[in-house]
Amino acid sequence: MTKLLNIKSTTKDNSNSPSLLATADVAVIGGGVVGCAVARRLALEGASVVLLEKAADILGGASKGNSAILHTGFDAPIDSLEMECVRNGYHEYLQIHKSLNLPVLKTGALVAAWTEEEVERFAGILAKAQHNGIEDLRLLNPEETLKLEPKLSSSIRAAILVPREFVIDPWSAPLAYLKQALANGGQAIFNAEVLSGDFDGSNWLLQTSRGGVKAKYVINCAGLYGDLLDRNLLGESKFTIKPRKGQFVVFDKAANALIQAIILPVPTERTKGIVIFPTIFGNLAVGPTAEEQESRNDASVHKNTLNDLHTQAVNRIPALANIPITATYAGIRPASEKKEYRIVEDVSRNWITLGGIRSTGLTSALGLAQHVLGLLENQGAEFESLSEPVVPQVPNLAEHLQRDWETHSGHSAGYGEIVCHCEMVTQREISNALEGLVPAGSVDGLKRRTRATMGRCQGFYCAARLAELTEGRFEEPFAVGKAHG
Amino acid sequence: MDKSVLNDNCDVAIIGSGPAGLAAAILLKYSGIQKVVVLEREAEAGGIPRHCGHPPFGIREFKRILTGPKYAKKLVETALNAGVEIVLKTTVTSLGTEGELSLVSPEGPSQLSAKRVLLATGIRETPRSARFVSGSRALGICTTGTLQSMVYLKNRIPFRSPLVVGTEIVSFSALLTCKNAGIQPVAMLEEKPQPHVRWPIYQLTRWFCVPLLLQTSIVNILGTERVEAVQVSDENGNVREIACDGVLFTGQYTPESSLVRESHLELDPETNSPVVDSFGRCSDPVYFATGNMVQLPRNQARVPIFYLAENLPNPVDDAGQCWSQGRAVAKNIVKDLN
Ligand SMILES: Cc1cc2nc3c(=O)[nH]c(=O)nc-3n(C[C@H](O)[C@H](O)[C@H](O)COP(=O)(O)OP(=O)(O)OC[C@H]3O[C@@H](n4cnc5c(N)ncnc54)[C@H](O)[C@@H]3O)c2cc1C
Ligand SMILES: Cc1cc2nc3c(=O)[nH]c(=O)nc-3n(C[C@H](O)[C@H](O)[C@H](O)COP(=O)(O)OP(=O)(O)OC[C@H]3O[C@@H](n4cnc5c(N)ncnc54)[C@H](O)[C@@H]3O)c2cc1C
Repeated sequence: MTKLLNIKSTTKDNSNSPSLLATADVAVIGGGVVGCAVARRLALEGASVVLLEKAADILGGASKGNSAILHTGFDAPIDSLEMECVRNGYHEYLQIHKSLNLPVLKTGALVAAWTEEEVERFAGILAKAQHNGIEDLRLLNPEETLKLEPKLSSSIRAAILVPREFVIDPWSAPLAYLKQALANGGQAIFNAEVLSGDFDGSNWLLQTSRGGVKAKYVINCAGLYGDLLDRNLLGESKFTIKPRKGQFVVFDKAANALIQAIILPVPTERTKGIVIFPTIFGNLAVGPTAEEQESRNDASVHKNTLNDLHTQAVNRIPALANIPITATYAGIRPASEKKEYRIVEDVSRNWITLGGIRSTGLTSALGLAQHVLGLLENQGAEFESLSEPVVPQVPNLAEHLQRDWETHSGHSAGYGEIVCHCEMVTQREISNALEGLVPAGSVDGLKRRTRATMGRCQGFYCAARLAELTEGRFEEPFAVGKAHG
Repeated sequence: MDKSVLNDNCDVAIIGSGPAGLAAAILLKYSGIQKVVVLEREAEAGGIPRHCGHPPFGIREFKRILTGPKYAKKLVETALNAGVEIVLKTTVTSLGTEGELSLVSPEGPSQLSAKRVLLATGIRETPRSARFVSGSRALGICTTGTLQSMVYLKNRIPFRSPLVVGTEIVSFSALLTCKNAGIQPVAMLEEKPQPHVRWPIYQLTRWFCVPLLLQTSIVNILGTERVEAVQVSDENGNVREIACDGVLFTGQYTPESSLVRESHLELDPETNSPVVDSFGRCSDPVYFATGNMVQLPRNQARVPIFYLAENLPNPVDDAGQCWSQGRAVAKNIVKDLN
């Protein structure tokens, strides 16, 4: 049976309570994309899993804002664990996406060179891709590039076509992973920050802000807080998170017609650089920047940076000059002092840390989950995988596939009304997002599940109706009270 | 309402049931046009005035001073009495050639074929994101339209002590709405040396005890879950923090014209309005546009009397003017059909 606890945290003094919130084979700490994927894999393997998330909903950390690209790994570090997890994650995603109703936008990517110097780096990129087993890259001259993407600035020098770089839905994917974990016996507990814990030689007793949780194994998927969690519970951390912010500007859907592919810059050692990419929701976005910062949760945007991004995008695709802006956002990469993933195992204490999953975690999450399973089995864990796992579906939010409002006559009867006009979100979609296996736990969670208020008007027309429809649902609601007078 | 219009033909289809669309519909019926259908995506007709809970509306139209909601109701009644068909919860999703409209309603998708189409989808304010304002994306950031619809349609408030940005006419609507709802703004901000509208800004801000900060701009919005403070910079570049629980962005209008942008009709990139001739006709002669969705390029804009010409924002017409424009374009449609 599935059990989902989503009681709002009011007290933090449950730690003395003798009764446990949950007992499981494995506790997964963190409801980012990595934690959700790990919970799914282990649940499918027949383990009893409990996912502990400190926020009221999943995806409040690094997984909140990314570029949503499903990477082939053509430019990943050679022979790295990252490359392996990206490759495996990529393949598993393509295997399972249809059954979970997750979309793929088969855009392909162009690595675009704008200077001779960048063209000179192409040889290295092609060699690396070859080594990584991505063999379908093609070098294009300016004419060929502009034939594929006529709206690109004609100052393009050359490009490499990477046909199998795709775009996915960054929020529905992890949601689907966690849903599948819960549909197959897993548990998720929200508002449950893991504060401390003890290992008694065979089991962990974790103290969360909601109470105790007992588990044989612990997987630390705390993303931006992974090092702190290790320090608190293990006494030391083998790495330090160096938060690195990336800001984005999202153009109106009209921009989507201008470009087909993901336009990548020639990457440097430090960053993949500023990308111009179609989103699964039908927009075109530019970003991310790479800004080191102290804060692990300050995802603020900055006027000058946004202006710079806008200028860069217009330089590459001049027609963007006439396209309005829909949104701006930022995400924070859980980078560490080293470039590679920081997978740390404490075999004597049944603990695995998936740390520093910096800039490819959306793609690699399913691969990381496979890797964790292997590590646990090496540690002696034995599970019996489910013979007929439940496969729950998530609602489609992709613009190129059928949305709720478009379902053909008969079925569409009863969608209630369109609540958010810019993103065409129906009342039925809102109600569904507030129910089910993983109901929205916050305003942001509702937006990520439905797209409501994420379009052009940013809530001008629909926020009032949403306030009404979500009354009493969230600790931090749309409306703070009644109007009087 | 009569759903029989769907998958059907009509003489004139009007998109949007605000003052402009309804005024046009009424005039068309009075002029003997047979089948006039108004398509409205909301559950209620009337457009923006539905949530402007204050006077003065209706002076020109009804020779009376009404609040926005009463005015909207009266317009709708007049239209229905004149024989206008108003179809609610029905969104126009695309504009085809030869007046072929794609619609969607809770009953499903449908088509409507019109001899003439009048676009009257109105205007909205520019949200924080498109203004590239720095800072957190916490709760409590909205526009006047959101505030008004929360207060007047849903009896709720999005914040208790917001910072108000802008000094256009709608900014005073915002102050009035705050006053009515028991919201006390902490300050009103204007980047320019003078407010956009002189009267009644000085009086109103004084009456409501809202400090008016001129030559002041937002540097950063602070707050994790909800807005906690805003850093502002004055004319000398001095930055200070103002505690507040929200930011209300007012004005900086932009036409609700995405339907046009995605269609075969020509759009003026400067104003985001459909390109129209002096008869209100779009680049496809079957289509007309009116009301606030039609903004003139800056150099041709009519200057409302209480605006200072030198610091004109995108000017916007009041409901009465939209009503007049709707009628004027409707007359052109009548001539065109006969
Ligand atoms: C700007 C940007 C662009 C990117 N682009 C791409 C891309 O195009 N393709 C791609 O594949 N990847 C991309 N990524 C990378 C990807 O987003 C990250 O690798 C991924 O989100 C990391 O997820 P995570 O689960 O490790 O961490 P997080 O998402 O941070 O999840 C950790 C979770 O743990 C919770 N938590 C923390 N401490 C505790 C505690 N003590 N108790 C309970 N819960 C706790 C947090 O609340 C959080 O929800 C990008 C990232 C950024 C920032
Ligand atoms: C926040 C705000 C406050 C204002 N306050 C005042 C005030 O106090 N006094 C005043 O005189 N003026 C005010 N105005 C100006 C206002 O725009 C006009 O008064 C007037 O409402 C404009 O009339 P309209 O018919 O052009 O558009 P609107 O009144 O905006 O009506 C447009 C209608 O079109 C519908 N629509 C849009 N797209 C579609 C679609 N695809 N399918 C179907 N239906 C669609 C909308 O739902 C809406 O009902 C305010 C404007 C704003 C934005």
